[in-house]
Amino acid sequence: MKNHIISKEPLNLSLPPVMADYAQMRAGFSWEMAARNMAGLPGGKGINIAFEAVDRHAQGSLSKKIALRWLGKSGETRDLSFRDLAEQTSRFANVLAGLGVQPGERVFVLAGRIPELYIAVLGALKQRCVASPLFSAFGPEPIHTRIALGGGSVLVTTANLYRKKVADIRMRLPHLRHVLLVHDDADPMDIPRTLDLASLMRAASPAFVIGPTSGEDPALLHFTSGTTGKPKGAVHVHGAVIAHDVTGKVALDFHSDDVFWCTADPGWVTGTSYGIISPLTNGISSVVDEGDFDAERWYRILAEQDISVWYTAPTAVRMMMKGGTGQVRQHAFPKLRFIASVGEPLNPQAVWWGMEAFGLPIHDNWWQTETGGIMIANYAAMDIKPGSMGKPLPGIEAAIVKHCGANAIEVVTEPGTEGELALKRGWPSMFRGYLNEDERYRNCFSGEWYLTGDLARCDEDGYFWFVGRADDVIKSSGHLIGPFEVESALMEHAAVAEAAVIGKPDPVQLETVKAFVALNPGHVANETLRRELLGFARKRLGAAVAPKEIEFMDNLPKTRSGKIMRRLLKSRELGLPEGDTSTLEGSA
Amino acid sequence: MTPRSREEIRQAIVDALGGIAPEIDPGSIAADLPLREQIDMDSFDFLNLIIRVHEILGIDIPEQDYAKLVTLNGAVEYLARRCAAQQ
Repeated sequence: MKNHIISKEPLNLSLPPVMADYAQMRAGFSWEMAARNMAGLPGGKGINIAFEAVDRHAQGSLSKKIALRWLGKSGETRDLSFRDLAEQTSRFANVLAGLGVQPGERVFVLAGRIPELYIAVLGALKQRCVASPLFSAFGPEPIHTRIALGGGSVLVTTANLYRKKVADIRMRLPHLRHVLLVHDDADPMDIPRTLDLASLMRAASPAFVIGPTSGEDPALLHFTSGTTGKPKGAVHVHGAVIAHDVTGKVALDFHSDDVFWCTADPGWVTGTSYGIISPLTNGISSVVDEGDFDAERWYRILAEQDISVWYTAPTAVRMMMKGGTGQVRQHAFPKLRFIASVGEPLNPQAVWWGMEAFGLPIHDNWWQTETGGIMIANYAAMDIKPGSMGKPLPGIEAAIVKHCGANAIEVVTEPGTEGELALKRGWPSMFRGYLNEDERYRNCFSGEWYLTGDLARCDEDGYFWFVGRADDVIKSSGHLIGPFEVESALMEHAAVAEAAVIGKPDPVQLETVKAFVALNPGHVANETLRRELLGFARKRLGAAVAPKEIEFMDNLPKTRSGKIMRRLLKSRELGLPEGDTSTLEGSA
Repeated sequence: MTPRSREEIRQAIVDALGGIAPEIDPGSIAADLPLREQIDMDSFDFLNLIIRVHEILGIDIPEQDYAKLVTLNGAVEYLARRCAAQQ
């Protein structure tokens, strides 16, 4: 058997890591010190993410450096220097200003990974609007729920996505004043109640002065899922950029000459914090691939684009593993130096596979929408225990806590004890609220601790290990899916009396969405209806959220108070003991 | 292995698609456009499609060839060649 620790002898590292000594940096670190990496708005007018990411570099020695290299689906390439990006984002900010869109208003972006997405997010930040990128694989219902909850007044999308997913829900979005379209259709036609983004951009000035921005002004809105109720809109502020910036250095080992590739879509927090902001604030070039996952395409990108730091997801790694190391070894990656992964725990086999395939371990790290940036990580200069998420970043205090009574917790110090993972509040990218849900926000905290909802343990060396979710939220392909959102969509079908949705363990996705359905009288459980329900859910929710599997049941197990017991369904699915069923309906 | 006509292969792909994305009308698929631009499929759905086609036809599909199955026509041609080669 292999040695269970991957040791990082300094001699094995091709470049001295930014953080040469974890313990030393942790001891000397302060957020005030990290804030000094920021330029701040000229004239002491505060701090703005877009200025730190784009304008300050465009005004300095990096102006001609490639900020974003966009790789189109069909092989086209478009480079945007920091200066280009500054001009384009200023044009977009001027477009918003010209339409009368005020600071603080919510600007949603629904698009594949096209340059306009990146320009719109950063441009909206310049106009001090709150930017909210949505995953383009969402179906109409998740899109409607999020824009409605966010009270979005502007939507930037493509003509194709508008026709397929937005046109039919537009009537139900009374606050949405402006829809700006990227015309990706073969035969551009006027679509009523939309504006053509390209012509507005052409007419707008490429100069824009960012107004005074406080570090506590809201900047980004990312939705995440809970067990019950609607998705939660986590609000992040401009001051979060201090964490976006320094975590790129510390956890992703950004050096000034790096070419970085974050494979995440900006519709998920990773694709915004690290797919847009962090590489830019660090002044490094980053690659954006519009294409969908395809192992061969990815190996080519890694090789041809000279990627040196690569941030990807466990599901992608596991899909690559299926092709074996032989396929990888047909390519050479002389520049690749550091690989990291986030989204769900990376199994030890995948960490070792990185060693076999790329000659590099894959560094798992942990964070979530609410934390805004990487919180716990494996580092370039720290030994890896494969399967562990690593240790808390400098500036981050993490602990395992046990609940004891009404909202009271106790920090567990005994190594190896399972409990809820908690973080001491106060880091810059901590979310500042769930939109319009103050109580839900308050319930995430106990005293000084933010409760993450993840169960974990900490070993005797201070490494953290993910155990599971404390609630029924499903972790699939690195995304959180709320069972309630899926159940609600299924319940809209006339045949469905009850629905319960769980995460079914899966070797590639970690969990796949599985629905249990009980039918109304007069409907017959058969393959035709199963397919109809699957299609029905997919049309409403989109492939990323809809169930992959539907099972019919005569009755769903419920508590005596009528609450469906998802946990019991999951235990049965896993063949595990059913636990305490004393509250089960029908039990003695 | 039984030889397969292009029509059988096409039908196998459509059947596999029907289990993954039943909302689609097979008649509406443009055979030369990427499937994923017409059908809402995530990477996992696409992987499942390949697995199911493999199960139905018994043709091995190595991962580096997945890009050849992007369009319906491309997939039919590729699988027909694999099928002939595996005889």
